[in-house]
Amino acid sequence: MTQPILRVENLAKSFRMHHLDRSLHAFEGLSFTLAPGEFVLLSGANGVGKSTLLRTLYRSYLPVAGRILYDAPEGEIDLARAADVDIALLRAREIGFVTQFLTARPRVAAEDLVAEPLRRAGQDADSALAEARRWLAEFGVKPELWRAYPTTFSGGEQQKVNLARALILPQRLLLLDEPTASLDAGARSALVRRLEALKQQGVAMIGVFHHPGDVAALIDRDIRLDPKEMAHVAE
Amino acid sequence: MSLDTLTRPWKAFSYGFLDASAKREMRRKILKAIAVPGCQMPYASREVPIARGWGTGGLQATLTLVNPGSVVKVIDQGADDSVNAASIRRFIARVSGAATTLDTVQATIIQSRHRVPEEKLRADQVLVLQVPNPEPLRPVEPNMSVARQMHADADYGRMWLQLYEQIVRSGRVMQGASYPSLVNGRHVMTPSPIPRWDVPKLNMAKHLTILSAGREKRLFAVPPFTRVEPLVFDDVPYRVEDHAGLTCHRSGARGVFMNEIPQEDGTSLHEVSDSQLGVKLLNGEAPGEMWYRDGVFRP
Amino acid sequence: MERAAPRLVRAQPLLRMADVSKRYGDVVALEHVSAEVYPGEVLGIVGESGSGKSTLLRMMNLEELPDEGRYSLDLPGVPEHLFAMDGYARRMLRARHIGIVYQNPHLGLLMKNSSSGNVAERLLVAGERRFSVLREKAKQSLEASEFPLERMDAPPIELSGGMQQRVQLAKAIALEPAVLLLDEPTTGLDVSVQALVLDTLKRLQRERRITMVIVSHDLGVIRTMADRVMVMRRGRVVEAGLVDQVFQDPQAAYTQALVHAKL
Repeated sequence: MTQPILRVENLAKSFRMHHLDRSLHAFEGLSFTLAPGEFVLLSGANGVGKSTLLRTLYRSYLPVAGRILYDAPEGEIDLARAADVDIALLRAREIGFVTQFLTARPRVAAEDLVAEPLRRAGQDADSALAEARRWLAEFGVKPELWRAYPTTFSGGEQQKVNLARALILPQRLLLLDEPTASLDAGARSALVRRLEALKQQGVAMIGVFHHPGDVAALIDRDIRLDPKEMAHVAE
Repeated sequence: MSLDTLTRPWKAFSYGFLDASAKREMRRKILKAIAVPGCQMPYASREVPIARGWGTGGLQATLTLVNPGSVVKVIDQGADDSVNAASIRRFIARVSGAATTLDTVQATIIQSRHRVPEEKLRADQVLVLQVPNPEPLRPVEPNMSVARQMHADADYGRMWLQLYEQIVRSGRVMQGASYPSLVNGRHVMTPSPIPRWDVPKLNMAKHLTILSAGREKRLFAVPPFTRVEPLVFDDVPYRVEDHAGLTCHRSGARGVFMNEIPQEDGTSLHEVSDSQLGVKLLNGEAPGEMWYRDGVFRP
Repeated sequence: MERAAPRLVRAQPLLRMADVSKRYGDVVALEHVSAEVYPGEVLGIVGESGSGKSTLLRMMNLEELPDEGRYSLDLPGVPEHLFAMDGYARRMLRARHIGIVYQNPHLGLLMKNSSSGNVAERLLVAGERRFSVLREKAKQSLEASEFPLERMDAPPIELSGGMQQRVQLAKAIALEPAVLLLDEPTTGLDVSVQALVLDTLKRLQRERRITMVIVSHDLGVIRTMADRVMVMRRGRVVEAGLVDQVFQDPQAAYTQALVHAKL
């Protein structure tokens, strides 16, 4: 087996609520690994900490214990302790977080928004734009909307723009937080096709899905989180 | 030995009116000003028997420099015969015994208000300019302490900005007299309110120029052979007043700086702004070497 | 929390402030504050009034000196200890490498000069002596700040607050500074105008990757603008981290209270 891209060891997250003077436990002692090209489904009841885990891996949440060893090209780095600027670099370069929500920015056209990750990665403006349009088409965004500002779009259209933006640049690790929720069938199948292609390219993915059936063909493993217990890892 | 042999007899006032310590201070400040061209030196500015703002700064400098062998010329805005010029000239002669003249070429000390004479000055002549406001930064920085700091930093951005604004507003630099100029590549000075026409005369000149403001208690100097460069944008050339084509209606002089005399019918006549030069031309005498020939400056 | 090797970001911090303390009489303005800003990132500093955030920014602008501490900018030809420089060197460094936008436009602008002249002044200080170039660069800079060019020669005193901030911004970026300091840049403005000015800042940051430090008591401003954030209180850094982390998972009690009160 190849070197895992992610090794999670004894990860724990709890929220300290100072005003209530108590802590809320999300999960404890969680360990698993993730190999390149592997697709892992996080499952468990609502409120069990699936999204919390994803956000902890992305370092939007600070873990309270444990290690998140990530196999960066420069060497192994513990995401739980890495410097903020390093996390920012990894996010820009190789770790993607896909949610159902778009943070649209005023006065930035949809196609520019989608092309931005490519341009930031050094691609020239014209080819990045062409690529962006290809993906907008793939996800079923109407061409007349490409030059428009996504702030004015409906929720569904915004989500398509968001997915195109999040998936346009091949990352090494993708964290998927219910990306299919409220997507229409066309866009959903485009998403699945894209995820499959990414998986073929060796992108490691870990995600939460409302309807795992959408991505059933891609799933290699299932990690089940149980309420306030140690998480069970199943093969 | 008695006290009489050690002291001089009592006199109503010292030679050259100013007492010895006042002149000593002036000499020291003039030397300092020469040492740092264009930098304003504060001085005490004694009382002299004319009102502040009427040439007391120039007068104190002249009284310090004058000696019985001096030949003094006083000229007020191009006129040797104005009341103020005549009074100052008479006063200097009376307190120093120095000779006076109207002829620029013969003078050793020339005290002037708002003009540099049209005949070239030599290395043995000193030009003393009366300055009303010595601080070029005053229009952009009312706080004089801050202005001094700006001079120390050579922080003249706002000085330049003034010129920028004039071009933006009027299409050209509107600064007429006292055009800000960089002395020796370091200090910006306001060359008293001499017209733009006269500023090139100070650049790399053979003579020493002392600029003294009695009311403001500051003096500065342009030593001989010192660069005086008017602040000017690379792509907006410095232009002197367009007087080359004018003719003096009294003396027939051409190619020199003129005073405009409005007439009742709305036209105007022009008159040479260096009265003694006009007199020379009327008398058929040859003027000395001139700064401008046919309205073109030639150093 | 301690940080583990290896470091991925090889670049040196562009701006480094170490262990800075400042007292005004008995009042502690800053106590052992350290901050690093990396090239191309936006550091936000939040805190209530009196937290020391503006004092820190003024020190970054070398307007104010601390009682102790070190400050360096990783730029060629710039000395290692900026606080140790004399007043002249500090002013020159500030003129060449640092841009600042103040909350109060009167601090940053010559109110009676033209707006374009305000921008041109920066270029004049840097030695530009061609009128046509000054004009063109002032125009470009104002345009980049989304200032209406037909008003470029109006004095700031005749402009609205939002426009004044745009002139300040144009002035600050005219010389392409190494770091752009923003002191409550939108605080005095109407909410709708605030959004427009922030939008311009955001676009400039996106297009030019300008390194910025933005001070605000407004968490919304920091959230839209910054990559990383420092939370200050009573002259100390309470918490620092990535913006989404500090706002979604605040660690310190003070930060939690701040986030929950304001969001």
